Parts: sequence; structure tokens; C-alpha cells
Amino acid sequence: MDNTNQVRQQVANMRRSLFDQGYLDDQFIQLEDLQDDANPKFVEEVVTLYYNDSARLIQNIEQALFNRPIDFGKLDDYMHQFKGSSSSIGAKKVKIECQQFRVYCIAGNADGCSRTFQQIKQEYACLRRKLQTYFQLVSQAGQAESA
Amino acid sequence: MNVSKKTVTGDGTNNSATGNRISVLVVDDDPIIRTIHKALLRRSGMEVEVAADGQQAVNLHRMGASYNLVFMDMEMPVMDGPQATRELREMGVESMIVGVTSRDLDSDIQAFMAAGLNYCFVKPLTIEKVIPLIEELTGNI
Repeated sequence: MDNTNQVRQQVANMRRSLFDQGYLDDQFIQLEDLQDDANPKFVEEVVTLYYNDSARLIQNIEQALFNRPIDFGKLDDYMHQFKGSSSSIGAKKVKIECQQFRVYCIAGNADGCSRTFQQIKQEYACLRRKLQTYFQLVSQAGQAESA
Repeated sequence: MNVSKKTVTGDGTNNSATGNRISVLVVDDDPIIRTIHKALLRRSGMEVEVAADGQQAVNLHRMGASYNLVFMDMEMPVMDGPQATRELREMGVESMIVGVTSRDLDSDIQAFMAAGLNYCFVKPLTIEKVIPLIEELTGNI
């Protein structure tokens, strides 16, 4: 029982830190609200879907930044899609960087776009690592409870 | 625009309204949005089908499917939301069609509304946005 409480506390602490440090916003809570006994891993499934699907968008953006001349219209479209997907899982820092990217895009600022895109990829990767750790903890908590 | 009784029909296979459950079609090219909205609407007691673009939505209706409610994304490949909405209205579809978009410019939303929407929301859908629609639909069925 002590071990269960300990793991549960670790889950709660990690979850709180993801919000306090600005990695996640309220949309993540909306996903959690949709998780139930019929869909016990809904949040993890949606996050996995996000990372699988957005890899394609990141590739598209990378290619669009590489092309000369840069098609800022297409770039903005790709980033709009990526921002939408990121928003839907509550990826707050990623979303903020996407918004900045679009400001540079609209201004036709290629350097600004490139720099911000590096930042986006960093935040995207960082969130992925944190959420992987979080879901592993959640899984451990579930196993500890059923032991 | 009220939901006419003729939209509340179905053969069971195309998942139009069965019993008193509201049938919904979620049209969005983003698989994450389709997953989230499907879960939200099922949790609200609706029967949900999905389509990945406007053309699929139109094809479903051409094949005889009908829904009480259609959630239509604005920007999609193949056929976008405004075009799909216009085509559905031209086909005589009187279902409630609600636009869902991540664009928040008034001009974009107005142009989408002009295609024949009943309402237009900014993504993502929330239960607070869905409840008034359920109330309106159940009041008319």
C-alpha cells in the first residue's frame, strides 16, 4: 500500500509540474476528462497519435524552409496545422512557439522562421520525453494498485 | 434553422438516428481532432461517424446517410468545409451543420457561415459548446 501511495504521489507531482512549468494547458485536462473505464488509456493514445501524425508536418515544414524561394504561404499553412494539433493535446510551449513562427512567416522573415523552428523542435522533443516518463509512471501506479 | 424530421431517418447501417440518440458526422482532416471530438460526442451520448475531408462527407450523404448534426472543419484537403457545406445544402441536406475552425478572424468565420452553416465554433469543441446544440436538436426531434 505504501508503494502504491508513493507512486501515486509521484504521478500527481509530475502532473502538477507539467502544468506549473508551462508545458501543458487546460486542453490536456479536457483529454483527461474523456478518459474512463471504457477508454483507460485515452490520453496516452491521443498523445501517441499526435507524435506519430505531427512527424509528417515537421518534415513538411523542414522541407518548406529548405526550398528556395521560400513559399511563406505554404509554410504558414503547415504551421497552422501543426499548431492546431499541438493545441488539441494542450502542448502549451509548443503552441506558443508556433504562434511566434507564424508572426515571422507573415513578415517573410526566413531567419526568424528558422530560429523559431529550432525552438519548436526542442520544445516538442522535451514534451515528448516528459510525457513518456509521465505515462510510464501512470502505468506503474496502475500496476501497483492492481498488485 | 430547425432540424427537419426527414433528417432523423436511417437504415441503421449508415448510423443515422437510431432510437432517440443524436447521430453526428465529424468531418476533419486532423486524426487527433477526429479522435478527440468523437470521444467527446460519444461521452455526450451521441452516435458518431467520422470523415477525413469534405468530399467524404458529401459522398456519405450521396450514398444515403443522414445525420442530425455535422461538425465541419473549415480547412481540409480534397474538399474544404465551405465547399462541402455548400454542396450538402444544394443536395437538400437540412441537418444542423456546425463549422469548427482554428481560424479566429471574423472574416473567415463569416465566409464559412455564408456557405450554409447553422453555427461556427473555434476549435476545440468542448462540452459547453455541445450542450446547447443537443438541447436545440432534442427540442426539434
